[in-house]
Amino acid sequence: MKTNFKKIAKDGLITSNPTLKLVLGTCPTLALTTAAMNGIGMGLAVTFVLICSNVIISLLKRAIPKEVRIPAFILVIATFVTIVRLALDYFLPDIYESLGLYLPLIVVNCIILARAESFASKNGVLASATDGLFMGIGFTLALTTMGAVREILGSGAIFGYKLWGFSIGFFSSSAGAFFTYAMFILLFALITDKAAEKSRIKKSAKIGDFTQTKEAK
Amino acid sequence: MGQFLMIIVSAVFINNFVVVQFLGICPFLGVSKDFKSALGMGIAVTFVMTLTCLITYPIYTFLLVPLGLEFMEIIVFIFIIASIVQMIEMVLKRFSPTLYNAMGIYLPLITTNCAVLGAAELVIDGGQMASLLGIAADQMNMGYAVLYGLFAGLGFTLAIVLMSGLREKTARLNVSKRLKGFPIAMLTATFIAMAFYVFTLI
Repeated sequence: MKTNFKKIAKDGLITSNPTLKLVLGTCPTLALTTAAMNGIGMGLAVTFVLICSNVIISLLKRAIPKEVRIPAFILVIATFVTIVRLALDYFLPDIYESLGLYLPLIVVNCIILARAESFASKNGVLASATDGLFMGIGFTLALTTMGAVREILGSGAIFGYKLWGFSIGFFSSSAGAFFTYAMFILLFALITDKAAEKSRIKKSAKIGDFTQTKEAK
Repeated sequence: MGQFLMIIVSAVFINNFVVVQFLGICPFLGVSKDFKSALGMGIAVTFVMTLTCLITYPIYTFLLVPLGLEFMEIIVFIFIIASIVQMIEMVLKRFSPTLYNAMGIYLPLITTNCAVLGAAELVIDGGQMASLLGIAADQMNMGYAVLYGLFAGLGFTLAIVLMSGLREKTARLNVSKRLKGFPIAMLTATFIAMAFYVFTLI
């Protein structure tokens, strides 16, 4: 069976975007989006763990007995999270500091376990790696945009550079986190629904063309 | 006594696990549709969290640190939590079928609940605990760890029960199709978070 990489990419980024469509991994999303930089740091850490765990689980899918698959998946994920944690602590101590408690909590991030369970344990290695990559990018993009919005509105800065003195404290508070997330889910649903409608019309028009040409023949 | 009160106020209100520290958001949004299941989830989490702190804290301080195996903490902790959950499930099934029926379905979900692992990671971090409880970092001991686990769990229960009360009300509202589900739940959470914000001003 040929793997449809384009579909995997589209799933991860849009149709089943882990943050905005499936609403998985909400804890780091709400906690770390006070700044755009946090979003990139967390996003890339999760992406790395996702790709690695997807590859390993896909390789081991026949070796892991069905009854103990969840503990086995968690062990694989915990190993990679430990690697990321040690690497960040050594190479990028600033990011390690700002991610704090949420770094070890990647272990229980539902996105990773969900992908292991629903994709990697059923698909080939290359497809699983691609899935991990695009799910991770979807997560990173969502977190970074949300972080940027909250940083601009809440502290009048972007990536740490001060833009202006004006700021609304609400957006950097925890209530602002829930509010921004709600608005993002809503907006994303609106945009993707519109786009889906458009592509449906386009597709039906194409089918119409096809039948016409057939009739002309 | 003053210390004791400080732990309660800090863990339950000022640094509420759900709405201030954002730990355990998945059950907070997922299992808060009605009061009964919210309370069940809250009690189950409190129970597991207290037990987890009781076991992980000594294992970390008296076993992993002397052996220089601190880097293994994530793997060790997640396995301890998974075994605790499994054991509670078996004990309840054997000795208290009523309690098992009330709590049983929430127990497997708790293994991957970040509030529990979060509590285990927090109590071993002397600096974090010092700022959360207002004690010196070297004062941290087993008693504080277990009490923190218990009251953080109660804070979680308080938040999820409040949320379920509000959601039972919002479920009856006639809102637009798009707002239904997660967006309206998050907006409800916004108001709970605003209410808890008052405690940070103390």
